[in-house]
Amino acid sequence: MSTAPTAERPAEKSGKRPRFAVVRFPGSNCDQDAYFAIKNVLNCPVDYVWHQDKSLRGFDVVVLPGGFSYGDYLRCGAVARFSNIMDAVIAHAERGGYVFGTCNGFQVLCEAHLLPGALVRNSGCQFRCQHVHLKVENTDTPFTNAYKVDQTIKIPIAHGEGCYIADDATLQELESASRVLFRYSNEKGRVTPESNPNGSLNNIAGIANAKFNVVGMMPHPERACEKILGSSDGLGLFTSLVKAFALR
Amino acid sequence: MDVQIAREMGLNESEYQKVLDILGRQPTITELGMFAVMWSEHCGYKYSRPVLALFKNYKEAQEQGALENAGVIPLDDKYGIVFKIESHNHPSAVEPFQGAATGVGGILRDIFTMGARPIANLNSLRFGPLDNPRNRYLFEHVVAGISHYGNCVGVPTVAGEVYFHPCYNGNPLVNAMAVGLVELDKVASAAAKGVGNPVIYVGSATGKDGIHGATFASVELGPDSESKRPNVQMGDPFMEKLLIEATLEALATGCVVGIQDMGAAGLTCSTCETSAKAGTGMEIEVRKVPLREADMTAYEIMLSESQERMLCIAQKGTEQTIIDVFHKWGLSAVVVGVVTDDGLVRVFDNGEIVAEVPGKALTDMCPTYYLETEEPQYIRELQAFDLESIAQPIKGGFKGDWTAQVAEWLGAKVDSNAFTCEEALIRILDSPSVASKEWVTLQYDSMVQTQTVHIPGADAAVLRIRGSAKGIALKIDGNGRYGYLDPYVGGQIAVVEAARNVVCVGARPAAVTDNLNFANPEKPTGFWQFRRSVEGLASATEALGTPVVSGNVSFYNETAEGPIFPTPTIGMLGILDSISKHCQPGFRGEGDTIVLLTAYDDPTGGVGGSEYLSLLHGVEAGVPPRVDLDGEKRLHDLILSCMGDGLFASCHDVSDGGLAVNLAESAMLGEIGALVLINPAEISAAALLFGEAQGRIVVTIRNEKQWKNLQARAAERNIRAIWIGTVGGDNLRLAVGPDILTDIPVATLAQVSKNAIPRRMNVHTHTETTA
Repeated sequence: MSTAPTAERPAEKSGKRPRFAVVRFPGSNCDQDAYFAIKNVLNCPVDYVWHQDKSLRGFDVVVLPGGFSYGDYLRCGAVARFSNIMDAVIAHAERGGYVFGTCNGFQVLCEAHLLPGALVRNSGCQFRCQHVHLKVENTDTPFTNAYKVDQTIKIPIAHGEGCYIADDATLQELESASRVLFRYSNEKGRVTPESNPNGSLNNIAGIANAKFNVVGMMPHPERACEKILGSSDGLGLFTSLVKAFALR
Repeated sequence: MDVQIAREMGLNESEYQKVLDILGRQPTITELGMFAVMWSEHCGYKYSRPVLALFKNYKEAQEQGALENAGVIPLDDKYGIVFKIESHNHPSAVEPFQGAATGVGGILRDIFTMGARPIANLNSLRFGPLDNPRNRYLFEHVVAGISHYGNCVGVPTVAGEVYFHPCYNGNPLVNAMAVGLVELDKVASAAAKGVGNPVIYVGSATGKDGIHGATFASVELGPDSESKRPNVQMGDPFMEKLLIEATLEALATGCVVGIQDMGAAGLTCSTCETSAKAGTGMEIEVRKVPLREADMTAYEIMLSESQERMLCIAQKGTEQTIIDVFHKWGLSAVVVGVVTDDGLVRVFDNGEIVAEVPGKALTDMCPTYYLETEEPQYIRELQAFDLESIAQPIKGGFKGDWTAQVAEWLGAKVDSNAFTCEEALIRILDSPSVASKEWVTLQYDSMVQTQTVHIPGADAAVLRIRGSAKGIALKIDGNGRYGYLDPYVGGQIAVVEAARNVVCVGARPAAVTDNLNFANPEKPTGFWQFRRSVEGLASATEALGTPVVSGNVSFYNETAEGPIFPTPTIGMLGILDSISKHCQPGFRGEGDTIVLLTAYDDPTGGVGGSEYLSLLHGVEAGVPPRVDLDGEKRLHDLILSCMGDGLFASCHDVSDGGLAVNLAESAMLGEIGALVLINPAEISAAALLFGEAQGRIVVTIRNEKQWKNLQARAAERNIRAIWIGTVGGDNLRLAVGPDILTDIPVATLAQVSKNAIPRRMNVHTHTETTA
């Protein structure tokens, strides 16, 4: 694949590489994008896992992709959490395995209570697709170790229901434990109301669970892994996982 | 059964007689319904077919019986591109959200039933002005419908156009285009070959929605159109997404003989077209069809236009394999019939024959008409308009508070006899037809599938193709006002403009799909517009070597207020031999040189039919800009030759709003100003700044050596290259000799352009756009 820029490949040349699972729900539509980025840009082994499967044996990182699982007809992610595979995802997370959800995947993780809070209709009520800037708030995690402290990265969003909400106690817990990994910011990394595309509380774009092995974010890092697409800033998330896995 | 019922279904007396002759007996109600819908203009092209023969390859395909669902254009050794456009004007006028959504769904099914994975959506939209609440409602809900459907199915909406004009009051145009990628040796067929092969019904259950939708599309909109709301289908993009994946998986098994979408005219159309194409017949039992309501009659089942359904013909003995694939995706798939050898479509209702019609009678024997044409009177009158009679804009150079000045201008009506070049530019950028379409495009997922190189806003969308070194460019374009003043030239401009757009991003124009939106063809003046327009399109596509590979005709776009402008919409496919050579329209670097390339002269300066003339003078008259097809080709050749060697920092074609708007757009996209000095010429200020003369492109280059290089190449191709200015500063400064015509901060221009639509929709955007 000519599209994989060698300069952007992960630094780790030796050591074990994680095996990725990309879960496919009916209605997932970023599954193929995540698969492509992991396989062709990151150069890691990756397989699809069907929503009716019951096992994730042999996989190190589980990706819940974006899309409209089950049409999102009840509430985004609300039906997906009851699919067979989610029991396996929860078990994987409990074992300490890495779980990463983008967009609809983030919504599913919240619905499954692997992450706290909820994602509701954007404050502007419309679907929004655009590049946004994110401030990386915590680089001491398996998902963000490739970024620099306070680094600003450019990654697209594409969602209608990405407004992150949680009760005060939860927010306080997230903030005090540095579990907010990404915040919507302006180009210079300043977290402002104008740079918040969907009304999320505290400009929250992505969070981790208490053990930092489950992360969800509304922006799409898999869409920002190659310069030709306007940004390769999203690749850092995947290379972080590769590094964390190798050092495990 | 009598003539009266036939007429209510849309068949005239002689057509009804023809039905009697074909059958040799009275038709059943189901049969009559089948004839009525298949012989509607929407399905049968009974009025347009003779004129469409002007498209060379359409005629050839027609003669060879090879009019497939969409044409295939080779990309490289392995892949081909299929693309097609379709209108959903009438449904959208009545039920904008579902009308637009199902427009997207229908065109996508045309693509993936070819065995192609849909990789891009585009759309061309037209509404009446936004000061009218009904138009705002239609606009908002059409965009929401497209957004809802396209985003959910995971096909990026990568480009489009939106125009506003009173002629579209109550009759919006919603043209949806879809593009697919197919392996060249895996193109699926829509023919029901193989006697004895099982016919499988796939997808959603059949309901009572959309019955006679195709007939509805073939009459004018009137006061009772609202009552046609039940004729509009409901879309389910989740079901469509499952259908895409399941269909591609089913085709990959190699067990599928033929497959066709159930679009307009539903089961009727898919059974008779697939069997007629293969020269076979077909039997189906309507009681095997999954139904949403048990009490549906055979007539209703055969005519329902419920969405997200397909007809699939399998290799005998493999039906279970196919059915298993669809079941895996949670879709119903049922054997409802069998391919026969007698040329008849035979419909059973609980074992009893309710229709028995020759398939070809419904398709090939559709009556065609050679309608009368008559040039409308207004044409000569409007073309004779004296452009000298209008006032020229006076020079600018406003110093002071731009925000306040802009608010003052836009808060009042223009004085057509006294306005500055600056006021004119601000007003044109505030025109929703010219302004930024961010309000629309941000609602579309433009990036899913990670192939989108240029997000909406460039001259044309650019897609890299995962797995190929090549890329494609896509553009959709049309201009109703030109078509109104001269449908022939209007047709030509639609083509050359779309071609220039794909050239500007570095692609070679390859092929065209067209959506012909016209008024009532049964009126001689309406048919004249149609015929002249198609002649213009045919001449331009032939000269540019871009065959029309697919298309759609939408007639009867008129209301009690009158007909729409003749509005042919062109979907253009361009091929980038190397994706790395793509170019973009925004100014790049301080100090870059701005060069205007002109392929041929236009003595009128392109003021006739311009946005400027309409907006600043309230006049829609004159002759549209001149087109020189050979000049356009030379220009393509020059641009592509230079881009191949990476000569340009930016490239942007001159179109609506003229040179001033072209420069403003490049400045806004690049977030940098420019100083442009033009030698005093014989041309008027209006023509210089806002004339829409064709055959022009503005490029920027970085150094003296490149300038020499460009000059030499331009001279070889008889193209005029003029150094007109330099990129830099915060303002867009345009001067002629010593006179400053405009000196406006780029930030002000951007604010006006971005707010034009939101301020009319009363939506306040409070988000920074960083793209």
